[in-house]
Amino acid sequence: MTVAGLAATFGSGAMTNSIDELEYTDLILATGTNTTENHPVIGMKVKRAVRQHGTKLIVIDPREIDLVKYADIWLRQKPGTDVAVFNGLMNVIIAEGLYDKEYVAGRTEGFEALKEVVAKYTPEAVEKISGVPAEDLKKAARLYAGAARASIIYAMGITQHTTGTDNVKSTANLAMLCGNVGIEGGGVNPLRGQNNVQGACDMGALPNVYPAYQPVANDDVRKKFEAAWKAALSAKPGLTLMEIMAAAGSGKVKALYVMGENPLLSDPDLQHVKKELQKLELMIVQDIFLTETAQMADVVLPACAFAEKEGTFTNTERRVQRVRKALEPPGEAKADWEIICGISGKMGYPMAYASAREICEEVRTVTPSYAGITYERLEKEGLQWPCPTVSHAGTKFLHKDKFSRGLGLFTALEHIPPNELPDQEYPFLLSTGRVLYHYHTGTMTTRARGPVERCPESLVEIHPEDAERLGIADGQKVKVTSRRGKVEAKAHITEKSAPGSIFMNFHFNEAPVNFLTNPALDPIGKIPEYKVCAVKLEAA
Amino acid sequence: MSDTFILNGKETPYTPGQMILEAAKNGGIEIPTLCYLKGSTPTGACRICLVEVKGARSLMAACSTPVTPGMEVFTETALVHQARKLNVELLLSSGTHNCLVCEANGNCRLQDLAYFYKITDLRFEEKAASDIYPKEDQNPLIVRDFSRCILCGRCVQACNEVMVNRAISQGYRGKESKIVTGGDLPYHESECVFCGQCVEVCPVGALTEKKAKGLGRPWEIKKIRTTCPYCGVGCQQWLHVKDGKIVKVTAVEDAQPNQGRLCVKGRFAYDFIYSEERLKTPLIREANGEFREASWDEALDLVAEKFKEIIKKDGPDAIAGVSCARSINEDSYQMQKFFRAVIGTNNIDHCART
Amino acid sequence: MDKKITVTIDGQEVSADPGQTILEAARNQGIYIPTLCHYSRTTNVGACRVCVVEVENARSYVASCCAPITPGMVIRTNTPAIRAAQRMIVELMWSSGDHNCLTCEQNGACELQDLVYRLQIDKPRFPIEHPAYGPDSTNTMITRDLNKCILCGRCVRACNEIQVNEVLDFANRGSYAKVGPAFDADYIDSACVFCGECAQVCPTGAITFKQAKFAGRPWELAKTRTTCAYCGVGCQIDLYTKDNKIVKVMGNREYGQPNEGSLCVKGRFGMDFISHPDRLTKPLIRRRKGEDFQEAAWDEAYAFIAERLAAVKKEYGPDSIAGLSSARCTNEENYLFQKFLRGAIGTNNVDHCARL
Ligand code: SF4
Ligand code: SF4
Ligand code: SF4
Ligand code: SF4
Ligand code: SF4
Ligand code: SF4
Ligand code: FES
Ligand code: FES
Repeated sequence: MTVAGLAATFGSGAMTNSIDELEYTDLILATGTNTTENHPVIGMKVKRAVRQHGTKLIVIDPREIDLVKYADIWLRQKPGTDVAVFNGLMNVIIAEGLYDKEYVAGRTEGFEALKEVVAKYTPEAVEKISGVPAEDLKKAARLYAGAARASIIYAMGITQHTTGTDNVKSTANLAMLCGNVGIEGGGVNPLRGQNNVQGACDMGALPNVYPAYQPVANDDVRKKFEAAWKAALSAKPGLTLMEIMAAAGSGKVKALYVMGENPLLSDPDLQHVKKELQKLELMIVQDIFLTETAQMADVVLPACAFAEKEGTFTNTERRVQRVRKALEPPGEAKADWEIICGISGKMGYPMAYASAREICEEVRTVTPSYAGITYERLEKEGLQWPCPTVSHAGTKFLHKDKFSRGLGLFTALEHIPPNELPDQEYPFLLSTGRVLYHYHTGTMTTRARGPVERCPESLVEIHPEDAERLGIADGQKVKVTSRRGKVEAKAHITEKSAPGSIFMNFHFNEAPVNFLTNPALDPIGKIPEYKVCAVKLEAA
Repeated sequence: MSDTFILNGKETPYTPGQMILEAAKNGGIEIPTLCYLKGSTPTGACRICLVEVKGARSLMAACSTPVTPGMEVFTETALVHQARKLNVELLLSSGTHNCLVCEANGNCRLQDLAYFYKITDLRFEEKAASDIYPKEDQNPLIVRDFSRCILCGRCVQACNEVMVNRAISQGYRGKESKIVTGGDLPYHESECVFCGQCVEVCPVGALTEKKAKGLGRPWEIKKIRTTCPYCGVGCQQWLHVKDGKIVKVTAVEDAQPNQGRLCVKGRFAYDFIYSEERLKTPLIREANGEFREASWDEALDLVAEKFKEIIKKDGPDAIAGVSCARSINEDSYQMQKFFRAVIGTNNIDHCART
Repeated sequence: MDKKITVTIDGQEVSADPGQTILEAARNQGIYIPTLCHYSRTTNVGACRVCVVEVENARSYVASCCAPITPGMVIRTNTPAIRAAQRMIVELMWSSGDHNCLTCEQNGACELQDLVYRLQIDKPRFPIEHPAYGPDSTNTMITRDLNKCILCGRCVRACNEIQVNEVLDFANRGSYAKVGPAFDADYIDSACVFCGECAQVCPTGAITFKQAKFAGRPWELAKTRTTCAYCGVGCQIDLYTKDNKIVKVMGNREYGQPNEGSLCVKGRFGMDFISHPDRLTKPLIRRRKGEDFQEAAWDEAYAFIAERLAAVKKEYGPDSIAGLSSARCTNEENYLFQKFLRGAIGTNNVDHCARL
């Protein structure tokens, strides 16, 4: 997602700058990230920047998240209107001549096309689309353009839309327009949700690329990997997660091997996914718990938790850090890498590694950006890739004098409304996301005393006006229905979401909100539109 | 075929005459103790090792109850734990205990038990300060703090049965009970020979080493095992070290030749290491007869040059060496090899003949 | 670059950066000065005064954590008078609280205890008079016993200046001063988000980790540095373990980026799942659709999988097989997983849930 959007623009899809730079920059623009709940320690740095270092903060978010309290300006757009809002910001900046002309001329391409499109997005036009007052938009645009160094941070509020890739590119457009990419304290910074999403991507757990984003379709690249792995490799890019599910349903994919994931709770339109998985001839799941997905498998393999094995994770700022064994695994559980080796050996393709370190040594030989990263060097502090040699100190921020792709590419983008919007029958707009106390599908946090004590169940956030109109009281059970399914949960009356919008988390299998969500995908990033779908709400 | 008994429902072998405590340990079950001192006559004083024996009228002390064939023993029942906890609480109230100022903090069996039994409040009132014998702090080596003595008697056994110095015994009765020397004199006026074995075995902070006070807590210390540099017994000892300094010395349990014992020299006489008079640089005598400090290079050059000179003039047998009976084997070997191979003489001896 | 300035500490000439405090200059030199209220990354408030030193020509003792050095300053940190002053301060603290380490979870990791030991105090010369606050143990994560609080204010500054959660403050200044959330609420009823920073920085047993209570004394715990397995921040954490169980999770200021010793509620209190009874412990195989799982040996499971995958590949080709890797597994595992699908199976059908 992020990878697609930023890779097209800059040539590399990762957080451009470092977490620590946030605390000392001049301005932070946070959009589609509920940072204090989903990346609390980054949230902490943002708050420190504001309170202690005079950093300005612009929040663009439909919900009144905690960061709003610390913001100089809060733009509350209607969900799914991000491209319009960003175009509006750029409209003002260009119209008032506030952009970095030297930077745009020297380091980017595509500016004229951008200028032409954003010219249509006057503050007044944007106000009509997004509900953001024209004056606020102007103020925010001037504030952003006026900062010597400004950093944009975003998360899934930007990506989980059918226009996710466009949204990402919009943030990049704005940053380049003001010369904010390739400088310390600037950048476009996707905050990755899961601990090792960055690493999974870097390691080539993607259908179209090998480690370090080297395309499978490129003959030279493929030959290199064939030589390194001593195997004949397919030149045909594979299927994405959503496509795999669909192919399972249509019978094209017969066997599925799942390592440590629970798509049965995290995928949109759960009912459908379940049917698709049932058609598989063989499903193998390795995990630490018998998850909803594992329950459907033919073989379930017990895996080690992170505290029971050695290895590395790569955090959202490209920092490779050590994972170390503190505990013995329960029963006969094994580390995931050992299990893969076990299966592969039986399949006649021996993978004989004695340790995670040995695997890392191999990774270094085929992954240029990791070539300089050794376990010895990671002892003290993690290293940020690219780190091409053992004497390289790692890279704090990317695109310093030149973008990875050469010139930064502006993309002229039009606003496209979400795939499904509220109507007569389904009058509410549902957004989904996470809460501070839980994580992803809840397999870990719902088994922890503290988090469960603080947040024992799924809640439906409803604005007091709506609650009053529907006669719903705080704590009362409500039923939420979409075209795809229904779930019940308790109401939580709060002004956090705007009237007409409700918010639910996806951590609890008792209230699987993904029975409701819309599986419509972003055409490039193939990410589902978790942030917008239409539902109806009634007392249960 | 050995005899068996039933330990927590499991058939477990034992050797006739064995106490429940030892037989259980062989069967993999640890029973907490305070007064039990391995190798000495059990006294059954502390009642921490209580276990349930089927058919017995009350709980039994595992350290002093011999196993009988087929005996059924339970070490983890609620009743057992209740009784042990109560005894810990009673022991705590038999004195005054604030680990904040106790040198045994972190190395105290009573504290361990209080933690294990999750004691947060003292159920019984502590003994009044006026009822406690005053602290004895007159000698330079051992501090006796009666406010922390639980009268377990281990010190007495160590002194009488292990070291056979017979300097201390249980004295007085009831509330007045006290561990006393002959005539209830302070240690330094008594028969005590300051082997420190009583300190070594005291499970609490009643007997502590005076010199170790304030030098480091157990968790700050590194233990290094070595051999005593004094006499020919070669006792095995632990050096407790913090920041490169010895805090105290204790004996290695279960190792020959000393099996957990030390004498006054091995335990207390390491101070010479820190003497101000230690030689710190090579010294060379000047023409005026006075020493002056010199560098290693200078000193070694001088020695080598002089040796060569003498060999050239008077032959190798004009040089002789005296090796050292306190050096490590490796040093002695090197010394004789040096004289024989480098100098070319057999004039090498050491002071063992004197 | 500012010029270095020279000061004399305990008779030793020391060169230091202008703007450094006496404490910093001394510590850089390896000279020990005790501190309690001082805490890195927070403002110096000079509340406890155990860091006092003598400065030549100063009218009184100087709190070294707050006093900047000036050229030519002559400082003494360990005179008998200074030690006496420090002893007095620590005795006052002790006597105004309820301190018996026998029953305190902080025993062995307490900075007040360290000072009592270091200064060799046997007994405070003041009568012990402490408030009788009730405990705050109404949540499962953090316990407060303010009878052990020395009012150093570290928790308040950690909550406000490090985490910026702005929950804790001082109430009732003066001799009845107390730290805590607004309206003297228990944590569970306050705006506290249970990051645990306050408990991590508290030098005494006033704020402690509830789940660690009676789970092991500091000197019995093994410490393993690793990376948090929750969000993408990748906080560096220390797992403290005993008997194959996690006792507590701490940040560590010495590890630097990305979290500089701070954590959130998930990293701090979210590790129970590891030792949860629901953990899978044996391979399970469902031999035929509709049947129940049966436990199996590893070799049996591997053979079953290999045989079935080979059969599918033979009949339908490699692209009929797909794999979902995991953003929660390590780099090494993700690397091997895609290598397995590409190298051993021959398909590029590999993805993970990053898109979600
Ligand atoms: S003897 Fe043990 S329990 Fe008593 S004060 Fe000393 S350390 Fe604490
Ligand atoms: S001094 Fe120590 S060993 Fe001796 S009886 Fe008292 S507690 Fe036991
Ligand atoms: S806070 Fe410190 S000094 Fe006070 S009782 Fe606890 S460990 Fe002892
Ligand atoms: S746990 Fe965190 S938020 Fe709560 S009071 Fe402590 S520092 Fe503040
Ligand atoms: S609770 Fe702890 S950190 Fe807070 S003021 Fe008291 S002693 Fe200091
Ligand atoms: S401690 Fe919290 S902020 Fe840090 S990595 Fe874990 S979940 Fe993320
Ligand atoms: S150890 Fe058995 S009674 Fe003391
Ligand atoms: S540490 Fe300096 S006043 Fe507290």
